Parts: sequence; C-alpha cells; structure tokens
Amino acid sequence: MGLDIAFWVLAVVGIAAALMVVSLRDVFRAALSLVLCFLTVAGIYITLSADFLAAVQVLIYVGGISVLILLAIMLTREVQQGSPSNKLRIPAFVVAIIFLGVMAFSLINTPWQVSTVPPIEPTTAALAGKLMSTGGFILPVEIAALLLLAAILGAIVLVREK
Amino acid sequence: MSVGLEHYLILSAILFSIGLYGALSKRNAIVILMCIEIMLNAVNIAMVGFSRYIVPSLLTGQVFVIFIMAVAAAEAAVGLAIIIAIYRSRETIESTKVDLMKW
Repeated sequence: MGLDIAFWVLAVVGIAAALMVVSLRDVFRAALSLVLCFLTVAGIYITLSADFLAAVQVLIYVGGISVLILLAIMLTREVQQGSPSNKLRIPAFVVAIIFLGVMAFSLINTPWQVSTVPPIEPTTAALAGKLMSTGGFILPVEIAALLLLAAILGAIVLVREK
Repeated sequence: MSVGLEHYLILSAILFSIGLYGALSKRNAIVILMCIEIMLNAVNIAMVGFSRYIVPSLLTGQVFVIFIMAVAAAEAAVGLAIIIAIYRSRETIESTKVDLMKW
C-alpha cells in the first residue's frame, strides 16, 4: 500500500518535471527540472526493489550528467534566447501522441507472464555475480570501460583550444 | 488496484513520448540532448520493470540498465563537447542554423 502511494507520487512528479523540461522558456530552469526528473526515476527504481541502480542513478545522472549539462548551458550563452520550438512543433506533438496511444494500447492488451517469485534484495552482490562471474557479462564490462576511455579522449580533443 | 507491471510500462511510455516531442520540436541543441536523456531514462524504467515482474531472480534487465547508463554517460560527454565546439566556431547552437553539411 505504501509502495503504491510512493509510485503514484513519484510518477506524477516525474511526468510534471519532464513536461517542464520541454515547456519552460528558460534553459537553465529546464535543466534544473531535468535533475528533479532524474531523482524521481531513482525513486521509481527503489519501488522496483533495485537499490543498487537507484544509487547509481543518483551518482551518475543527478551528480554527473546534470552538472555537465548545466556547465554546457553556462558556456554557451543562449540562456537569454530561451528554448523556442521550431516549425515542426505541431507535427512533433501529433507524432508523440500517436506513439503514446499505440504503445499504451499494445502494453495494456499484451498478456504479460508476471512471475510471483519475490525479488532479490539487496541486489548488489547478485549484480556483481551476474557481471563478473563465469558465464556472466565480463566481456561487455571490458568493452564498456574501453568505450568510456574513448569518450573521455574524444571529449578532450573536441573542446581543446587550438 | 495495486501497482503492477502495466503501470511502470505506461509511465515509461509517457516519459518516452515527452522526450520524443522535445527532441523533435526544440531548437536549442542542449535541450535536445536533455530530451534524449529523458528518453533513455524511460527505457531504463521499462527494463527494470520487466526485470522485477517477469524474471525476478535473473536480474538481466538491471545488468542491461547498467550498460545503458555507461553508454548514456559517454554520449552526454561527447555530445556536449561537440555542442561547445560548434558554439566556439559558429557562435550559435540553434539546430536549424547549424546547416554547414545541409545539401
């Protein structure tokens, strides 16, 4: 019961924050409401008993990516101009509504095979076993490390003063 | 009616639609990148929901979410670096005015 109330509060706040991201004129305030949206997604992970992912969400998105976005907004002085829409605003709205309708229809009408097994809690040790043990995802972990290194080097090369 | 898998999937679809609308209709390149982040978060909610309700003992969805987060962090870093480089050379980040390679 408490979990239901938590889900509804988090869902309403998250959707409102996402709507503010696309509707606010001030880019800086839009970025701040994006931080709120990330935080509510972390709360949604907790209601799904994914405690490790909630911590990672707060660390990476709320702590890392949002600071990066705020810094980029400060470095590009476009705050005065706001975030206007281009001339595809109405078609984009129609496309998004049609997509939402089709997705909601197919999601509600699919007979999901919901399992009644209780979820694993806490998930950290189980996730580490999944990622690192034999038969796990150790090769994708190595590739992700390489991808992050390439991204760091690429970002440094792109923003370096000539 | 208690909260189930469908609720999480509908929430994910709503967040994805909001991000899709923003990514298609905004001019500021940073706002477009923010909307793409919203879409990635929506997909992550669907992944964790499937993992929790369909295969609760396997955790495969949560492993996928970890990899999506790694790729999203790399994408945000490189994307914002490209935006700052474009702003240095062209003094604007409006996506309709960055048309050097437009035919």
